Amino acid sequence: MIREILWWIFAAEAVLGALGMVLSRNPVGSLLSLVVTFFGLAAIYVLLGAFFISAIQVIVYAGAIMVLFLFVIMLLNLGHDYHADLRRGVWLVLGGLASGLIGFVLYRAVRTPSLELPSGLTSPLDELVQRQGAVGVIAAPLFRDFSVAFEVTSVLLLVAAIGAVVLAKRRV
Amino acid sequence: MLEAYAPILVLLAISVLNAVGMVVASHFLGPIRPTPVKRSPYESGITPLGDTRERFSVKFYMVAILFIVFDLETVFLIPWAVSFRTLGLFGFVEMLIFIAVLVVGFVYAWKKGALQWE
Amino acid sequence: MIQFPATNVPLHQVQPLSNTAFLIASVIKVVVVFTGVMVVVAYLTLLERWISAWIQDRLGPNRVGPRGILQPLADGLKNLVKEEMYPAKAANIYYILAPMLTGIPALMTFAVIPFASPLPIPGVGVVNMVVADLPIGILYILALTSLGVYGIVMAGWASNNKYAFLGGLRASAQMVSYEVALGMSLIPVFMLAGNVTLTQVVWAQQTMHLWYALPLGLAFFLFVVSAFAETNRLPFDLPEAESELITGYHTEYSSMKFSLFFIGEYSNMLTASAVMATLFLGGWDIPIWQGDNMIMIAPGVVAGAEPAWWKTLLTFGAFATKTGFFILLYMWVRWTVPRFRYDQVMHLGWKVMLPTALVFIVVTGTTILVLDALGIPYGLGFGLILTVVNAVVAAIFFMVIDRDRVISGASAHDRRRRRVDARLAMPVAVEEPEPAGIRD
Repeated sequence: MIREILWWIFAAEAVLGALGMVLSRNPVGSLLSLVVTFFGLAAIYVLLGAFFISAIQVIVYAGAIMVLFLFVIMLLNLGHDYHADLRRGVWLVLGGLASGLIGFVLYRAVRTPSLELPSGLTSPLDELVQRQGAVGVIAAPLFRDFSVAFEVTSVLLLVAAIGAVVLAKRRV
Repeated sequence: MLEAYAPILVLLAISVLNAVGMVVASHFLGPIRPTPVKRSPYESGITPLGDTRERFSVKFYMVAILFIVFDLETVFLIPWAVSFRTLGLFGFVEMLIFIAVLVVGFVYAWKKGALQWE
Repeated sequence: MIQFPATNVPLHQVQPLSNTAFLIASVIKVVVVFTGVMVVVAYLTLLERWISAWIQDRLGPNRVGPRGILQPLADGLKNLVKEEMYPAKAANIYYILAPMLTGIPALMTFAVIPFASPLPIPGVGVVNMVVADLPIGILYILALTSLGVYGIVMAGWASNNKYAFLGGLRASAQMVSYEVALGMSLIPVFMLAGNVTLTQVVWAQQTMHLWYALPLGLAFFLFVVSAFAETNRLPFDLPEAESELITGYHTEYSSMKFSLFFIGEYSNMLTASAVMATLFLGGWDIPIWQGDNMIMIAPGVVAGAEPAWWKTLLTFGAFATKTGFFILLYMWVRWTVPRFRYDQVMHLGWKVMLPTALVFIVVTGTTILVLDALGIPYGLGFGLILTVVNAVVAAIFFMVIDRDRVISGASAHDRRRRRVDARLAMPVAVEEPEPAGIRD
């Protein structure tokens, strides 16, 4: 019961943040709205018993990636007013594509059996968390079962680092 | 486990109330008598020249990207460190490879001067 | 690292808190800790002024109340009735939002730090002396620290002032750079403690009978340095360098909005000190004495020693002493060490701290694996061997970054000076270039 009430509150927060992100005319306003959405998501992860993911959601998305976005906004001096930079036709095509994708994802989400929110204050993960810690629970599957995916992630990060240096260095 | 987060909600509410209350209170208690000179940016007494919001060096952007890369590395290191002793040698070698790949990127950025600040 | 249920630790069944009692206790803890942090922050500003006065051989604040003890009250009142400034062309919403975005996370960070041993209340149960014992522990602090950037960047950007903007930019790049080093220097702690909650880290240090400052000394050093940079305190106060940026990102702020930045800075300092004390100096642990080694592993189950109210009081004293030590360190450093140049800050963060932290992680990891393979149990011996390894790594580290400047210090300098003098004493026609050793 309490979980469901909280879920509705945070889901509403996430949706409102997303709306604010799309509707805000000021890029910085958009960015802050997106941060609000991320907080809603982090809270929902907590409700699902995924404590580590919720912390990572804030540390990585709100604390790192959004800071990069803020830098880009300020770097390009986009801070004040709004100009439409794409022509109407392009907007329609892009908007249609995006809506189609979202519709497809929603359709799939409704079709698949939904994840039940655990009832009451305790969740089935709690015992595991109690024994291994919220972070320790992640470790065994991440580093044993998905070790290849984990190693490939490092290559992805390497590409990001090198890409940034190559792109930025051209002008320095 | 969920109940552990309850105090955080209370604390959040108190902190927000406190911050908003302070700003609102000083808004009503203090005088507001703006003049054009008072409102102009303070630049050590010299009349401001040009636009404030200039574009700035791409260096900052590069630092932000590198920060994301290494922040993610830290995020992966945390669960590994916590279960370090149960994962044993396999986990250690695995993480050594992961770190080695990222160190390649780090050395590249270093050699290219991305970390050099003139 | 002891996995529960463990056999060699006595478990005490105590009365668990009922749901209502838990809620009431939580609210009381929240209110008390929040008020406590606010009051301590107010008095830290006074302490800082007293210490600066003492270091600079002045009197310092001594007018308001006996010996100036009421100065923070007067300051608060003054800021409340000061005129508010709204700079022209400022982005107003963000201008008002920025100080709140700095103040709110700063005041919330303290929540996960355990400040005393569990307190038994007759008839009610045992209350854990931490506001919220979150399963993610220190990650909560990392998350809130990473949000601190927003307020500062936004303040600089929204004020429409070049100096404020520069300050905000510098601050963000600096905080972001040192956040990496900060996170990396925490990894060895997690490796030893096997958990991220601060209560478990304290317990892990108690069962080792050794504070992590010794076996993980280099990580401790890196953590302290990056915490200084994260809180924008001298020698890392580039974002508000008076001599070049007026006061940096909060140049255009007045009245209570300025106060919020101030409160944010000092409560960050307080929290950082408390975290250092908890992670590396055993938190509320009293050294040598075994009677305080306990942990509440579940509602109603306490492992280790028996909880008692006087133990709670004593351990709180230990915690306050350790935190106070770091606060004094902060202030002492502020009034003695000159500010870095910005390129030096970035150089130190990326080219010195980060590689060192990585190397230290690998070295500590190897040592722990070897010790585990040898079958040495987690405890004092384990810690002492790590201490020796750490001392060797730290010695190499300091020799490398020091390059004869502090450690071999004056004698090496003298030797070089004498060599130069000898060369200069000879009759030379051309001017000698200054030897590199002296210039840096």
